[in-house]
Amino acid sequence: METTPGLLTFIIFLPLAGALVLLLVPRESKETIRWFTLAVTVLVFVLSLRLYFGFNTASAGMQFREFALWMPQFGIHYHLGIDGISLWLVLLTTFLSVLAVAFSWVVEQRVKEYMFFMLLLETGMLGVFCALDLVLFYVFWEAMLVPMYFLIGMWGGERRIYAAIKFFLFTFFGSILMLVAIVALYYLHRDMTGVATFDLLKIQQALATSPLDLNLQLWLFAAFALAFAIKVPMFPFHTWLPDAHVEAPTAGSVILAGVLLKMGTYGFLRFCLPLFPDASQVAAPLMLTLAVIGIIYGAIVAAVQPDVKKLVAYSSVSHLGFVMLGLFALNAQGLTGSILQQVNHGISTGALFLLVGMIYERRHTRLIAEFGGLKRVMPVYAAFFLLVMLSSVGLPSTNGFVGEFLTLLGGFAADIPLTVIAASGVILAAVYLLWMFQRVFYGEPSEKNASLPDLNLREIAILVPIVVLIFWIGLYPSTFTDAMRASVENLIRQVNGDAGAAWLAQMGETVRTVTMR
Amino acid sequence: MVNSVFDLIWLVIALPLAGFLFHAFFGKRAGKKVVGTVGTAVVLGAFALSVYLLMELLKLPAEEQRVLSTLWRWIEAGSFRVSFEALVDPLSLLMALIVTGVGGLIHLYSTGYMAEDEDYPRFFTYMNLFIVFMLTLVLSNNLLMMFVGWEGVGLCSYLLIGFWYRDKVNTDSANKAFIVNRIGDWGFTLAVILAFWTFGTLSFAGEENMFQRAIDLKAANMLSPSIITAIALLLFVGATGKSAQFPLYMWLPDAMAGPTPVSALIHAATMVTAGVVMVTRCHVFFELAPAAMLVVAIIGVFTAIFAATVALAQVDIKRVLAYSTVSQLGYMFLGCGVGAFASGMFHVTTHAFFKALLFLGSGSVILAMHHEQDMRRMGGLAKYLPVTYWTMLAGWLAISGIPPLAGFFSKDEILASTFGTHALPVSVGQILWAVGLLTALLTAFYMTRLMGLTFWGEPRWATAHAHHGKDDAHGHHGEPQESPPSMTVPLMILAALSVVGGFIGGFAPLHIPNRFEAFLEPSAGLKVLGEGAVGHLPVSVEWMLVWASVAAAVLGIWFGWARYRAGLPESERELVGVRKVLYNQYYYDWLMVKGVGLWLGGKIANWMWQFVDVRLIDGFVNGIAGFTGWVGNNLRRVQTGYVRNYAFTILIGAIVLLIWLLVRGASAGLAR
Repeated sequence: METTPGLLTFIIFLPLAGALVLLLVPRESKETIRWFTLAVTVLVFVLSLRLYFGFNTASAGMQFREFALWMPQFGIHYHLGIDGISLWLVLLTTFLSVLAVAFSWVVEQRVKEYMFFMLLLETGMLGVFCALDLVLFYVFWEAMLVPMYFLIGMWGGERRIYAAIKFFLFTFFGSILMLVAIVALYYLHRDMTGVATFDLLKIQQALATSPLDLNLQLWLFAAFALAFAIKVPMFPFHTWLPDAHVEAPTAGSVILAGVLLKMGTYGFLRFCLPLFPDASQVAAPLMLTLAVIGIIYGAIVAAVQPDVKKLVAYSSVSHLGFVMLGLFALNAQGLTGSILQQVNHGISTGALFLLVGMIYERRHTRLIAEFGGLKRVMPVYAAFFLLVMLSSVGLPSTNGFVGEFLTLLGGFAADIPLTVIAASGVILAAVYLLWMFQRVFYGEPSEKNASLPDLNLREIAILVPIVVLIFWIGLYPSTFTDAMRASVENLIRQVNGDAGAAWLAQMGETVRTVTMR
Repeated sequence: MVNSVFDLIWLVIALPLAGFLFHAFFGKRAGKKVVGTVGTAVVLGAFALSVYLLMELLKLPAEEQRVLSTLWRWIEAGSFRVSFEALVDPLSLLMALIVTGVGGLIHLYSTGYMAEDEDYPRFFTYMNLFIVFMLTLVLSNNLLMMFVGWEGVGLCSYLLIGFWYRDKVNTDSANKAFIVNRIGDWGFTLAVILAFWTFGTLSFAGEENMFQRAIDLKAANMLSPSIITAIALLLFVGATGKSAQFPLYMWLPDAMAGPTPVSALIHAATMVTAGVVMVTRCHVFFELAPAAMLVVAIIGVFTAIFAATVALAQVDIKRVLAYSTVSQLGYMFLGCGVGAFASGMFHVTTHAFFKALLFLGSGSVILAMHHEQDMRRMGGLAKYLPVTYWTMLAGWLAISGIPPLAGFFSKDEILASTFGTHALPVSVGQILWAVGLLTALLTAFYMTRLMGLTFWGEPRWATAHAHHGKDDAHGHHGEPQESPPSMTVPLMILAALSVVGGFIGGFAPLHIPNRFEAFLEPSAGLKVLGEGAVGHLPVSVEWMLVWASVAAAVLGIWFGWARYRAGLPESERELVGVRKVLYNQYYYDWLMVKGVGLWLGGKIANWMWQFVDVRLIDGFVNGIAGFTGWVGNNLRRVQTGYVRNYAFTILIGAIVLLIWLLVRGASAGLAR
């Protein structure tokens, strides 16, 4: 275990420190503020790369752990660490933060406050993925709501207040139940062991040695799951998402889709599955059903959206359905696919929001009907859009395919009929994305579109790393999946008990006999 | 296998990939001449390399003609692992030769056909990319890497159909192609998944391969018939999409919206045969699933005759050829369905020659007619376009099945195998044969009609094309001009292949052994049905079948000649009656696309959004919010609290306070 402050502490709190420094910069020097913020996020990203290079892929345990006493009388401590699951979400966060800030050059109003909140948000998100103490987790979880609330409410579109409050209330409602469940876990653990602690690893160990009875597990699972399902969002808790996305500024949407939604899926992976394994198995059919409804429903509703951004928002509901399908398949293929698909969604949907933002800055509208013929006017933009769209459609050789395929592969072993339905989601994805692409890019440009400038260097610089990642993950995903393997296997053991490992090996055999009946 | 000469197989893919990257990044600056030269050269280079590899492969003993070359591991998760791995065997090299050989000729042709197009570099970018994906498809050693090529060629098809994207008809057709193919890919994906969970691997060859597993399981009596049938049928769903079989054929006729070289390369010679290649590659699954075989044969023969009848009434020259392609692909699946996989592949090969020829010839006609495609406004072109005419004549006789041209041998083999198949009940085989024979007659008839309307009789184009000057690629009006050598040379090469290409096979009635089948033998590898799949017929029966085939072809041509030798009959000027029904594909396309797809799909989607999402779910949420506000107002004075939760009440209080302060600050900020 590292001593505090270690690498994780630096990564998490560097943005906060940057935000505080920003307060000293005069609000008139916008360029200084922008460059400084970009520098901070780039530095955080570079530091976070050290996590990857220093990561021991053979170990399933928490790495880069840090521990410090915080409120010992309540059993609350400063405890950080990452495993092969959170590693990628941390990297995704630091990566997307750089892009989001780089895009935010277009923000002209209240630049200082804007950048301040962006940095605050990054600290909150990184804390969520690294916290190993339930209270610490909860503090970060709630803390990150505040800057997001302001980003939507102050720099958003016309209905920003409605969207911001809706976003806040939906998430807060779930969080309250989660807080109750956290407190309950604290008391359960104290009664069980006599030790008062909010430490996740200790509670996890205690529950592993003497599992809770199923009924209790189900209640606690439900409390956590509701909070996370709203965040993901799973059908039918998704209606805050389209509103929040449409009203949020572009960088807000990128972070919202890219990282905030992953906090929900991460919650399932970190808390629901290992803490309540029996409840997870019992609830799996329900969660799989909701996941598949989300895939189909999100895709169908996306198809008829007149607003590009809303279309992308609903496509998120569909994509996150794949993530949940893989997650509750509770096998190696599904879980690996699910984690990879979380990263993929952050990259591809984040990129789609950036692309929508780029055209919005030029036309100040996002209505599909307003566009047409952009391929002729903005060929570079069209090419990038095509590549990102293909990744979102899940074309093999792009990242989207690897993730979707693995979730379907895993899902099939868990539930054949649902997976057969889920697989048709890739048909619908082609329908809504290709149709939108046709209306925006093909045809003759109208007068309003005829003289739009193509992408500038800053915009190209933002998109190039995304395209590189799309094909990197698509063609050589081992870079990413190798580091997940140990953690995923560990998670499966936790969910399935001691028999898990054997069960894992028998997987193919099981399915064969099941399907042969 | 380390550093074996066959690792060069990756260079075959890398060459067109380099061409693609070159055009994509430097195409505009390099200029048309460089782009056209590089684009064609990389494909022909890949062809030369494939020839070399084939010669090396044939030096090996037959049982070693399955060489693997691994690039890198691709996806790994739990017990699942799959690599980018090439399988070099006769089947994959045959397809590589067709793709790069015919592909190279079509690239050469394109340098002439697209010469005046402002998006010339973009065209070659997509074309080279297509070759990359098509080679990936045919050279792959596992189902998943094959799927990379499978969807990749679909992407290129989409991009090239919509190449002239300013016209909505073109991009509509492009979307239709991609989406209908995705329906097929749904089946493919599920087949891959089911195959993995059943066999634990997705490889075609090597230590662990799914075909050997399937046969072992079968031998141990552990292979569920329903599972293997499901795998075969799901794969076939994929094949009906990519190879335009009923009920998913309807994207292919619309795909003719793309430039004609695209129609020749992608929508006739190579991509659309991918389904046949895949079924042949996975023939073990099909042979283990007799029910699936029957479905393949019936769908194949039904598509063959269905599309042939629709072709009778088409007026657009390319659409005739499109339906003809659908119909010929049906023949290939008929061959697979009766267990004659080698005959199916033989027809893939000969069809690549004569259908590419016919499409390129039609392209030459279309250019000469200033982009007029309606045959009712053609006629009498034989003397203006002599090279096009004479080469197309070879294609016409080849597809009609006149001996000894290429199409005769391959089609006759399929029909004879159908008649004598042991894979299906004998009577079923004979019924399928009769339908196939009738289709052959129709084929000869509509192809004669195409030749008659285009080349024979009096010109009907004197005034017809005057207003087409806008997209006139070749400058001047007046008499139709023969195309430049860059276009006629490929026509002549393909015409020669259409004439003599059939001799690579054999001829049973004369006891000429089938060299083509023997060549593919190492690829077939594991045989389930063995020699018995396609029974040996008595020589007298073989001759009877040959004469029946020839008679069908001659009869079809004779009817066609009688009706169309003087050009367009008066009665065909308008589309009425039966011809209108045929022209509209029995209204099947209209029903599926306009009815089910757009109308019903649109209704459902709007209902889900406006009713379920906005009214139901959001209405519920907003109702709760309103109710909570009301309750909160009434109960705010009531306080509850547990002593032991004291600490957390403080925590919550602190958070709420913080939020409240910030919200107030923000509201003040917003009000400003």
